[in-house]
Amino acid sequence: MAPVSLEKINKVYENGFHAVKDLSVNIADGEFMVLVGPSGCGKTTALRMVAGLEDITSGTLLIGGKEANDETPKQRDIAMVFQNYALYPHMTVADNIGFALKLRKLPKDQLRAKVNEAAEILGLTDWLDRKPGQLSGGQRQRVAMGRAIVREPSVFLMDEPLSNLDAKLRVQMRAEVQRIQRRIGVSTIYVTHDQVEAMTMGDRVTVLREGVLQQVDTPQVLYDNPDNIFVAAFIGSPSMNLYDATLGADARSLKLGSQEVDLPESVLLARPALRGYSGKKVVAGLRPEHLPAEADNATGPKLVGDVELIEALGSEQVVHFTIDANRVLAEGAVDKDEAAAVKHGEGVARIGAKIPVKVGDKITFAVSIEDMKFFDEATGLAIRG
Amino acid sequence: MRFVFSPPADEAAGLLTLPFGVPLEQWEDERLVEIRQRGLSRHVVRFVAEGGELYALKALSERLARREYRLLRALAELNVPAVEVVGIVVDRGPDLDAILVTRFLEYSTTYRALFSSPRVGQPTDRLLDALVELLVRLHLSGFFWGDCSLSNTLFRYDAGTLGAYLVDAETSEQHPVLTDGQRNWDVELAVERVSGELMDLQAGELLPDDIDPLETGEEIQHRYEALWEELTREETLRPQEQRHRIAKRLRRLNDLGFDADELELISTPEGSQLRIRTKVAEAGQHSAQLFRQTGITADEHQARRLLNDIASFHGYLEQKSHAPVSETVAAHRWLEEVYDPVVEAIPIRLRGRLAPPEIFHEILEHRWYLSEQAGRDVGTTAAANSYFETVLPTVPDPLTPGTDDTGEFSRILGP
Repeated sequence: MAPVSLEKINKVYENGFHAVKDLSVNIADGEFMVLVGPSGCGKTTALRMVAGLEDITSGTLLIGGKEANDETPKQRDIAMVFQNYALYPHMTVADNIGFALKLRKLPKDQLRAKVNEAAEILGLTDWLDRKPGQLSGGQRQRVAMGRAIVREPSVFLMDEPLSNLDAKLRVQMRAEVQRIQRRIGVSTIYVTHDQVEAMTMGDRVTVLREGVLQQVDTPQVLYDNPDNIFVAAFIGSPSMNLYDATLGADARSLKLGSQEVDLPESVLLARPALRGYSGKKVVAGLRPEHLPAEADNATGPKLVGDVELIEALGSEQVVHFTIDANRVLAEGAVDKDEAAAVKHGEGVARIGAKIPVKVGDKITFAVSIEDMKFFDEATGLAIRG
Repeated sequence: MRFVFSPPADEAAGLLTLPFGVPLEQWEDERLVEIRQRGLSRHVVRFVAEGGELYALKALSERLARREYRLLRALAELNVPAVEVVGIVVDRGPDLDAILVTRFLEYSTTYRALFSSPRVGQPTDRLLDALVELLVRLHLSGFFWGDCSLSNTLFRYDAGTLGAYLVDAETSEQHPVLTDGQRNWDVELAVERVSGELMDLQAGELLPDDIDPLETGEEIQHRYEALWEELTREETLRPQEQRHRIAKRLRRLNDLGFDADELELISTPEGSQLRIRTKVAEAGQHSAQLFRQTGITADEHQARRLLNDIASFHGYLEQKSHAPVSETVAAHRWLEEVYDPVVEAIPIRLRGRLAPPEIFHEILEHRWYLSEQAGRDVGTTAAANSYFETVLPTVPDPLTPGTDDTGEFSRILGP
């Protein structure tokens, strides 16, 4: 087990493409760190530099406190998990898990002990003498993971390991990978483009965009306090509703299209910098759950929208609505097709399952104003302290 | 359903009538063919005979299928030995993966078939050499395999040696140049995979007792490092030895089956620093020459062997006629009087086991062996008859069911 530190790491390819820019991230001993971002954000390149598959152009990589820039993948004592695993049909589950240790010529008793220990963690003890053909899809994945576990590496590196699984097995394996990682406590760097996977699995999540670190924090902090518009839009599903807005002259109101929302003193006390934007344009953000229907007995400033689409989920309704304010789409945070499909002024709200609403209705939301986020229109940075 | 394919693939048009709306594992089409002793695969793979050709169809996610399609095409452009990709089938219907279609490599065999029916001693050495050569070619061309294994390789006999062909590029990556880290990692994966596959054969009692899976796997690393060093090392040459040393180095490169693409000489105080950029494509000059002279398609070692026989036949013709005979005439007469009669004499029931140029090569070997025994040259006809009676029947059946007189593949239904 070892902490991993990336200090001002850069990757510039021979063709001049700057894939990773001054990336500094510390992964604590035993931490599960997820690198997430859209395609081309540099997450895989960063992982591959840690693995030793890509040369580091500048900056320092420390594994276990020791500089590892020039070490071979083998010397770094890392394990790449799941990559294109192959299970051998004539070998037992025990042999499938332990064969990499045989390659290292580990004495038989030690090998057996490590395999047994891994099998216990993986819930495969009763299956050790079976052949892979008798296993379910999930169990086969666990055998593959067992191979990495028995090596006892300092760091696990996982590059979209679940992307080839069907949806059901993927959800099952997310929980499984997380549980096993917690149990064995090996520092783990996990790359995914799927923000739901990132949020559900990581102790902390590093969000990257175009090679630049956007924010690194716990999933909850990323969700509640995004540092910028990109993180606000990228994290969360459905995405945060982001609109162009104008603060009133005294910063006590906010104009969203033709509607005006009062801002109580408490909002300004929590975000003193907001006063500096009096009379100026900002970007206002609200998560779908912060737009409850007034009919749900919710209190807060009113916002009226036109209902365009309703998804009844049983426990709640997801309402797609429009207002006459300009919807802000953070570039790269949603894919191009999705962005193109968003209508002018479209937003999403979660309301109670029992609220009577239909397409074409006008719906009144009671804005949970304390939860509203504000961003600088020019820099995209959050307006807080 | 959309079938994206790289032209020309006229004959592949017949594939359009396959039941692409049904999961591949559930197909019951009469064109399905079974392959013996296949390697291991993570995906559903089925084989289909259509229009006299055999195709491999692999179900995988569209993203991976498109990627592999692109990479296999790139390998074909570089002339790196790999299966030929025909196309991909996407938008097959809800919850159905894409299908990657490749052409099955004629006269190829798998590692499992090679170990289960060894010919001329154990195949280990030749098999490792072929695999390492393929890996080195990939690395020279900037390809990271990511899953170098025996299961992902098909082998073809080439005049006593084996040629290796990449079958699965699902995990491959193409870079302008590979880093040492990428190369080392690929080799490490290869060692692990090959050892695992041989251990699996051992567990299934399919591996001869005298082969150690671990030692064999580790051998890949040693052979890879030796070949890589041989092909890429830089050396300092003193002016007086420059020409001789360059010629020697190029000859060595050719002996290893490679060609130089570019030579660079950099002046240093100690002498000239020689840097060689190796051609990625198979050397292939003998194959090309044989094709030019006779129209025969053969692998490189086979071609060299056949060309030697043409040269010897050329000498015989000139001696007999006491006059010069042109190369073209000699090649034409050799084809008509020597090669074609031998190939036509292959018994129908034994056809398809080896490529005709390989059979011809083996007959030449057999002729030498019989002549040594007899103390005189027994001639090609006698050698061929003896070979058809005693040697060819011991060659394992082809991986595919035999073709009948019409060239059609036998049909096997079900998965």
